[in-house]
Amino acid sequence: MKILVGIKRVVDANIKVRIKADNSAVDVEKLKMVVNPFCEIAIEEALRLKESGAATEVIAVSVGPDSCQEQLRTALALGADRVIHVATDEITQPLAVAKLFNAVVEKEKPGLVLFGKQSIDGDNNQTGQMLAALSGMPQGTFASELAFEGDEIIVTREVDSGLQKVALKLPAVVTADLRLNEPRYVSLPNLMKAKRKPIESMSVADLGIDITPRLSTVTVLNPPERSAGERVSSVAELVEKLKAEGAL
Amino acid sequence: MSILVIAEHNNEEIQSATANTVTAAKQLAEKAGCEISLLVAGHNCSAVAESASAIPGVSQVLLADCPALDKQLPENFAPYLAELVKSKSITYVMAPSTTHGKNVLPRAAALLDVAQISDITEIVDAETFVRPIYAGNALQTLKSSDSVKTMTVRTAAFDPAELTGGGCSVETLDAAADAGISRFISEEVVQSDRPELSTARIIVSGGRGMQSGDNFSMLEKVADKLGAAVGASRAAVDAGYVPNDMQVGQTGKIVAPDLYIAVGISGAIQHLAGMKDSKVIVAINKDEDAPIFNVADFGLVADLFDAVPELEAELG
Ligand SMILES: Cc1cc2nc3c(=O)[nH]c(=O)nc-3n(C[C@H](O)[C@H](O)[C@H](O)COP(=O)(O)OP(=O)(O)OC[C@H]3O[C@@H](n4cnc5c(N)ncnc54)[C@H](O)[C@@H]3O)c2cc1C
Repeated sequence: MKILVGIKRVVDANIKVRIKADNSAVDVEKLKMVVNPFCEIAIEEALRLKESGAATEVIAVSVGPDSCQEQLRTALALGADRVIHVATDEITQPLAVAKLFNAVVEKEKPGLVLFGKQSIDGDNNQTGQMLAALSGMPQGTFASELAFEGDEIIVTREVDSGLQKVALKLPAVVTADLRLNEPRYVSLPNLMKAKRKPIESMSVADLGIDITPRLSTVTVLNPPERSAGERVSSVAELVEKLKAEGAL
Repeated sequence: MSILVIAEHNNEEIQSATANTVTAAKQLAEKAGCEISLLVAGHNCSAVAESASAIPGVSQVLLADCPALDKQLPENFAPYLAELVKSKSITYVMAPSTTHGKNVLPRAAALLDVAQISDITEIVDAETFVRPIYAGNALQTLKSSDSVKTMTVRTAAFDPAELTGGGCSVETLDAAADAGISRFISEEVVQSDRPELSTARIIVSGGRGMQSGDNFSMLEKVADKLGAAVGASRAAVDAGYVPNDMQVGQTGKIVAPDLYIAVGISGAIQHLAGMKDSKVIVAINKDEDAPIFNVADFGLVADLFDAVPELEAELG
């Protein structure tokens, strides 16, 4: 079974971003860029499935400008067999990304597609679900555990009320939540080796997909700042202050 | 033009997230000048539809009651929803930004070939909405050019609407087909007598500093005196101290109670994203430089193993 994994290039999770002076966007110039943490979990799961013999090939795919090849190299260094770059300099919204992935899915015919449940920049939490819709595959979102049984994948999902188990007919789309696994680190020698590996590239035009954004950004603004309040020196003082504030 | 709200329920009763979503729908209805319908999709859920018909501001309840919609599996529900949107000429679909809403709505949006706007916190006008991005470190205002606008609603950003006092009709819809590609197997619902995180007026949350699941009983005792819910940081969930449904944050639950007490939580960006809109924030941490103090109204630098029992005693 082939596994296709979505990889997104995002600003490192530890960085508190700034907004451009003209309020048009978040300023990502010169910031440290990484593989979206949820995509890291997705690729880790794909690699483990290959190591366990459940999968035969892991293909990582990223949509974006040439810079996202850096994240595809990370995927190669982690152990992906092949990587595909769908090149575009346009802003791609989740529906467009899902359509591009769907075109790749039609070519590659994977048995499983793994995505992160959300990317930590746009926080949309949509792409996996949208690809599932377009390809007609079932979806297991917010996955914390996977198991194969016959022609089905059993997905344990982290839901608001606890955990839910569903059985999906393969091929299926699964989106990774935090507890699916703990991703491995990339080793430097593997990263060096990955520099020499090929990256397959295709353009949006090759795939024949209209990626015109449906949503336009009016402004991007700072949220209201919350400032530090006061320090209290004892629990008794804390309780007293909270009562005075009407919070207790 | 019309708005369709997807009700959150468990086939027995309406869940609180619906009330917040109805408030958002009413604000939109006023700006767009249109009516609100509410969809109750499930199995053996007619009682839910009955009670939903009493929600003031809702003009019509649509009831889709059939085995294929029992657990609202997206493979069955999303195509059904997309067809309903087309047949009823619906222009806005709103679902709460719960794991249900996030699961189903993007799938329906893609079938309709429209974008989804996730997690809206403000309605500017009939086509313009505000949503947080980058863990709430930026607020993006978006304008939609789609003929059908689908969106999930951040429940913590809208007060709950009254659920009784109105009266509208219930229209029973046709049954949905089972796509035959997914099955529900089981669910482990975490049972608790404490209030839910999303509706609690007070939340006491613990982090890695709690050191174990057993130690969370200290927080539970405080919570019980306050009628509070108990939450956690990702680190506490990852370490297995408490179940996943307690995680507050960018990628967990977003809450905005009147009082949030963070105990042994450092205050990472991702945690703040889930609680920084709380009215009053208290931090108890032994590290005086912990970033949580930058957002806390009241900070106590102390060892939690002294401070929490003291707090419980102090509350009498
Ligand atoms: C993709 C991604 C998504 C994430 N999503 C979330 C999310 O939704 N929610 C979330 O919470 N985090 C999330 N995180 C994790 C986040 O970055 C932090 O790692 C996490 O919030 C840390 O949890 P913590 O504060 O409990 O632990 P730590 O950062 O380890 O802090 C523990 C704190 O406890 C204090 N402490 C220890 N012992 C005591 C004591 N005896 N008395 C008093 N204080 C004590 C320490 O001083 C320290 O400040 C996410 C991270 C990533 C990368």
